[in-house]
Amino acid sequence: MKKFISVLLILSLVFSLGACSKPAEQEAPKEPEGTIMLAAAASLKNCMDEDLIPMFKNQYSKITVNATYDSSGKLQSQIEEGASIDVFMSAAMKQMNALDEKGMIAENSIVELLENKIVLIVPEGSDKGIEKFEDIVKAETIAIGDPESVPVGQYSKEALENLGLWEQVLPLSSLGTNVTEVLNWVAEGSADAGIVYATDAASKDNVKVVAEAPEGSVSKVIYPVGIVKNAANEEAAKLFVEFLQSDEAAEVFGKYGFTVNK
Amino acid sequence: MDLSPILISMKTASATILITFCLGLLAANWVVKMKSEKAKMVIDGVLTLPLVLPPTVMGFFLLLIFGVKRPLGKFLLDFFSVKIVFSWTATVIAAVVISFPLMYRSARGAFEQVDQNYVMAGRTLGMSETKIFWRIIMPLALPGIASGGILSFARGLGEFGATAMIAGNIQNVTRTLPLAIYAEVAAGNMDKAMKYVIIVLVISFIAIVLMNYFTFRGQKYLRKGKSDELKG
Repeated sequence: MKKFISVLLILSLVFSLGACSKPAEQEAPKEPEGTIMLAAAASLKNCMDEDLIPMFKNQYSKITVNATYDSSGKLQSQIEEGASIDVFMSAAMKQMNALDEKGMIAENSIVELLENKIVLIVPEGSDKGIEKFEDIVKAETIAIGDPESVPVGQYSKEALENLGLWEQVLPLSSLGTNVTEVLNWVAEGSADAGIVYATDAASKDNVKVVAEAPEGSVSKVIYPVGIVKNAANEEAAKLFVEFLQSDEAAEVFGKYGFTVNK
Repeated sequence: MDLSPILISMKTASATILITFCLGLLAANWVVKMKSEKAKMVIDGVLTLPLVLPPTVMGFFLLLIFGVKRPLGKFLLDFFSVKIVFSWTATVIAAVVISFPLMYRSARGAFEQVDQNYVMAGRTLGMSETKIFWRIIMPLALPGIASGGILSFARGLGEFGATAMIAGNIQNVTRTLPLAIYAEVAAGNMDKAMKYVIIVLVISFIAIVLMNYFTFRGQKYLRKGKSDELKG
């Protein structure tokens, strides 16, 4: 009899344990799930694909994040044409604002998440004594993006004009038709200095960032993120945007050269 | 309109043709006289390679040679304070390498077509080899050599890929016509690009007409030689 009671007690204990775990299982269907489509500027591809999306997947195993990367302008027109995109992250405010004005972005969902700084780079091991942004004039040859055709070239020109150095810099400058060309010229040491985005500099091994463009000398390059209105999966989209604002995401963005805008 | 790309291109093409002309003749003469047919084929292959490779590949090799982080480039910079990359000299080097095969092949063809009977006749008359070269081979090969020179001038004028890689795109220094055209098109300035395009078209067309003129005169000269021979 004693034995029977003890078995009964043990059984009841086991069952009560089972009962305890049950409510947790019942919550499971509430765990967010689904698929969201992210459209992001091409410069975000590496940090999204290699770090952030897998990290998000670890936290929310039932949400699948698909991503498409292109120039912000192209993505903007794809969204305008009704592409099924939930989260949009562009490389400038311009495209986001354009969509917002057309009422295509969910209200109050735009976050000015990141800033991409304009930086001065030198080849690794450079001995020209280039230590601050204004030292760019110490270089014999300089690599910058062509202001006529390359966005970072426009910012470079703006910064240098505001510092009163443009006239001095232009005759020394080799104007690249894309950022990669500018980066390679500096990495090879063909040019003694160059101006690129911080993210470009972070992507290349043989260049060293010496300085950021001085505060106020150049307009800020902001990467905003927003949720597209009538997103198929707004709940998951919100979670993803929240995740992008987390400290761990900030760390990843930093690794890729972005500055988190706070 | 910024005229500097035109001046730079003309300067580069002129310097290039002087160098290419001599190098091409030397190389052609050397290969023609080569005894071993196998060596001839291999050397000819190496010398012709820049003609068929994309100019960016040649630019890559030039960067490996002259880049300031590479042995030769570093040596020149450390010991002579000469930086080849991103200088006007670099535009000439790029153009020489790319236009060389045209000069070399034209000259080689011209040398090989010279009737060996004239050379032998010269020898029987006791002419020195140098004299034979300058008085017999060169005059007979001249039309082919001249057209080769003009072709390589035009090719040097149009060089873009290798130039962009080792000379960059510095206004008033290394921005040649092709680079100016590329930059203007990238910026969407089709009108400005068009002006440069017309200039390149005109110069290249004149060069080709000149080449045809030399070839034509050469043929006439050779026919005249042959008819004199018959008369004699």
